[in-house]
Amino acid sequence: MEDFLNAFALLSNFVLVPAIAYGSQLALGALGVTLVFGILRFSNFAHGDTMAFGTMFTILATWWLQSLGVNLGPLPTALLALPVGILVCAIYVLICDRMVYKFYRKQKADPVIYLIASVGVMFVTNGIVRFIIGPDDQNFSDGQRFIIKARDFKTMTGLSEGISIKVSQGLTVVTVIIVVTALFWFLNKTRTGKSMRAYSDNEDLALLSGINPDKVVAVTWILAAALATIAGTLYGLDKSFKPFTYFQLLLPIFASAIVGGLGNPLGAIAGAFVIAFSEIMVTYAYKRFAGYLLPEEWLSGGLLQLLSTDYKFAVSFIILLLVLLFRPTGIFKGTGV
Amino acid sequence: MKSAMKNVFLFSIMAALIVFVGQYQSWNLALSILNLCLISAVMALGVNIQWGYAGLFNVGVMGFAAMGGLAAMLISVSPVREAWSAGGVGVIIGLFILISTVLAAVFSYKKMAKSPLRALLIVFICVVGYFILRSVVDPATSAIEKVNPASTGYLGGLGLPILLAWPVGGLFAGAVAWVVGKITLGLRTDYLAIATLGISEIIVAVLKHEDWLTRGVKNVTGLSRPVPYEIGLQKSEWFLSLSQRLGANHVTFSSIFVKLCYAGLFTIVLLIVLWLSEKALRSPWGRMMRAIRDNEVSANAMGKDITARHLQVFVLGSIVVGIAGAMLTTLDGQLTPSTYQPLRFTFLIWVMVIVGGSGNNWGAVLGGFVIWFFWIEAEPLGLWLMDLITSGMDADSPLRAHLIESAAHMRLMTMGLILLLALRFSPRGLIPEKVGRHH
Amino acid sequence: MSYLIGENMTGGYGGADILHDCTIAAEKGEIAVIVGPNGAGKSTAMKAVFGMLKIHTGRVVLDGEDITNLSPQDRVAKGMAFVPQTSNVFPSMSVEENLEMGAFLRRDDIYKTMDQVFELFPILKEKRKQNAGELSGGQRQQVAVGRALMTQPKLLMLDEPTAGVSPIVMDELFDRIIEVARTGISILMVEQNARQALNIADKGYVLVQGRNRYTDTGEALMNDPEVRKSFLGG
Repeated sequence: MEDFLNAFALLSNFVLVPAIAYGSQLALGALGVTLVFGILRFSNFAHGDTMAFGTMFTILATWWLQSLGVNLGPLPTALLALPVGILVCAIYVLICDRMVYKFYRKQKADPVIYLIASVGVMFVTNGIVRFIIGPDDQNFSDGQRFIIKARDFKTMTGLSEGISIKVSQGLTVVTVIIVVTALFWFLNKTRTGKSMRAYSDNEDLALLSGINPDKVVAVTWILAAALATIAGTLYGLDKSFKPFTYFQLLLPIFASAIVGGLGNPLGAIAGAFVIAFSEIMVTYAYKRFAGYLLPEEWLSGGLLQLLSTDYKFAVSFIILLLVLLFRPTGIFKGTGV
Repeated sequence: MKSAMKNVFLFSIMAALIVFVGQYQSWNLALSILNLCLISAVMALGVNIQWGYAGLFNVGVMGFAAMGGLAAMLISVSPVREAWSAGGVGVIIGLFILISTVLAAVFSYKKMAKSPLRALLIVFICVVGYFILRSVVDPATSAIEKVNPASTGYLGGLGLPILLAWPVGGLFAGAVAWVVGKITLGLRTDYLAIATLGISEIIVAVLKHEDWLTRGVKNVTGLSRPVPYEIGLQKSEWFLSLSQRLGANHVTFSSIFVKLCYAGLFTIVLLIVLWLSEKALRSPWGRMMRAIRDNEVSANAMGKDITARHLQVFVLGSIVVGIAGAMLTTLDGQLTPSTYQPLRFTFLIWVMVIVGGSGNNWGAVLGGFVIWFFWIEAEPLGLWLMDLITSGMDADSPLRAHLIESAAHMRLMTMGLILLLALRFSPRGLIPEKVGRHH
Repeated sequence: MSYLIGENMTGGYGGADILHDCTIAAEKGEIAVIVGPNGAGKSTAMKAVFGMLKIHTGRVVLDGEDITNLSPQDRVAKGMAFVPQTSNVFPSMSVEENLEMGAFLRRDDIYKTMDQVFELFPILKEKRKQNAGELSGGQRQQVAVGRALMTQPKLLMLDEPTAGVSPIVMDELFDRIIEVARTGISILMVEQNARQALNIADKGYVLVQGRNRYTDTGEALMNDPEVRKSFLGG
């Protein structure tokens, strides 16, 4: 029995907890991508770098607050700085929309043109981020590190395996629940939110109903910027901030959005957890876990790891391909294909 | 004829710029730039085949170039006998398991009707195949990696002339393109873009981490050359007398001579690819491709199998990119997986195509030259500019230090801006496609 | 003068003209129907009235005001409502939300109008929490008409409302349209089912190749042997 509990604790500590946190971060990223797709009808390649951009300003504001001696006690100061990051990021994406995408919208350009334009925006954003904060790792988390320490858990339960939960992980889950609830309330209950859904559903009919497309687009960008900044900041607190990592997050984020059905917010969240759990479960080495459950003579010398962590992005990719092969509209039906 | 004059003029400016660098910086640098310009031009031609002919957005140029690089290494390096005897059999068996797993999966995909059962069976085949594969290959690769890891620790290659790697690199890239295209073409353009982004990241991850195959980040250096070595030239009678007759320093001249040899080889490839592309563009096949690109709906109605055509053109373009990737690794003389960066290998090529003129092969070539030239020269230019801007500041002000240090990142921003500006204000590029796109 | 009149309209989608000197009018509280063979420019004429297509000659007058240069959105604000032939609902939104979106521009209490719509189409009240995309073809058409009515229009334009619905549903839909007209709303409708449509029409327009061929009351057109032979299948 104790072996079983130990195995469960081990799995919780290395798979369940990290996957929930990572999945929540991906969900916010994928929601941003899927919103932009639903309204503007293109896959925004600049989203990863938009995350980096918003996070960077959150970090800068955090440093400034830290230099003033302001802090939130056990919670990271970045929470206080978050509104600054969101605001700057929202202004930035609105400027990008005005200077880049608006022109193509007026022209009713082919979606692939938007795609290329978003690659250009990605470049520029990436350049700005590297120019201001540099390409290296930045640490900006402060406050308490753990909600539960592995050692405390062990003394509490008497098990030999501990579960540790970082503040950043707990914070991620709580924030994501709040943000997602607020987002769904906004989309389903408010006039503006409903007009966004209507626009995404049937653009021509929305225009005939008197919905103002410029407002819908602007609100979409602001939401995308807010989601990107929150996702990026939580990811940065949980792991670390490095511009290139945020570019690499594009693949799992897109995979989440597509697996869930592009343009479908609920799908984006489900897709994000599918991707996060697969990625972490497939790259986890089960040797110790198996040690608790299986008789010793069954164990071979290997790590019992399905795939090295070097290939974690391959997991998103393979799931993406499987979905495209078998169900191109995603788990929940999206507007895609 | 007026447009032909303009094109000649544009290419002459480009030539003049390179000569200018030769005169005022150094001929060695000018030729290095020229060589990479030539390779970039080939790569841009490959992307232009996909984008310009068919409107396919490939975000994985890096991966296809890396396949070419892998081929250059695998073809030219001599085999490591010890490593082969340590794990060669395992790797070969693994390869057979991989192939039979894929075949079994494809067979069930083709033979069974669409159902959850089919999906489940295919996943099952893949999972089982993967476990068997790992159980055979893992011991083999770790045995290989243990063979003298400081200098080898990998299987090596075939020890053949490296020139052979160029077509092989094309084939490698084409094979990957076929698989990706088979799955994603026919769906939204976004999916192809995302899938190519993914496959290129994975290819580079494999190159970085499969030490038994590529030595990973330890790099494979000293690839054989298709052209003479400087040292050899400096010792040969004819070369010394030649440099004496030209009145040049024989050491400098030997390195220039080597670069000229490369330039000759690359030019031959560029001309062949360009000739074939032009020929194809003007053939009935090329006309059909453009018809499909410009009006997919009516082409579909005419009964053209668009997805099959797209697959064709996607594979062809990737082959060209693969060839260019092999050429690049040949020029470098080493396979260094960590140098494969998406910004350098994917997005820079895109800037070349968009700026040059999508759909026009000459435009792509010119774009390759112009953008590479500025990519290289932007760094000194940016530094100089930053120096100028900050010259009023205190010599050891931290802001000044930060600005000068960050000048390198300006390149990214500049390239992004060039892409956006070209797309917006000159969407047809420096040398536009001859027949206008219908809208 | 008619409540709405598109007078001597000539124009097309940028290429060759499709409409030639075409005139369409609708009176207050009456039903006007445009019929004609395939490719006669029926839908085009309606789109011209609604401003979805540029006319270079002629004008459109609504309630005495020249609206030729207004955009479709502005015409909606002036009291015109348009029900497109296809994709005329928001499929992933509930019936109720569809109706709310119809009333997007209104700031007053919309629930009275919604009750009127539910009275007209009782089935919609039953299914008001269901997504419009999940409804049957006929029910979707009802949602589409209901959405247009939510703007409290003075003129309702319907582009082939009965396309793809069964004859029973078609009869029912026409009954509803008559009811709408009785409330004082003018109706302009393009119909493929010429015979049934002319039956309920106060005024009928037979278009051929973008020109007015016959214009008369619905009844007179039905009784015209010439019209019967050529357009109503004998």
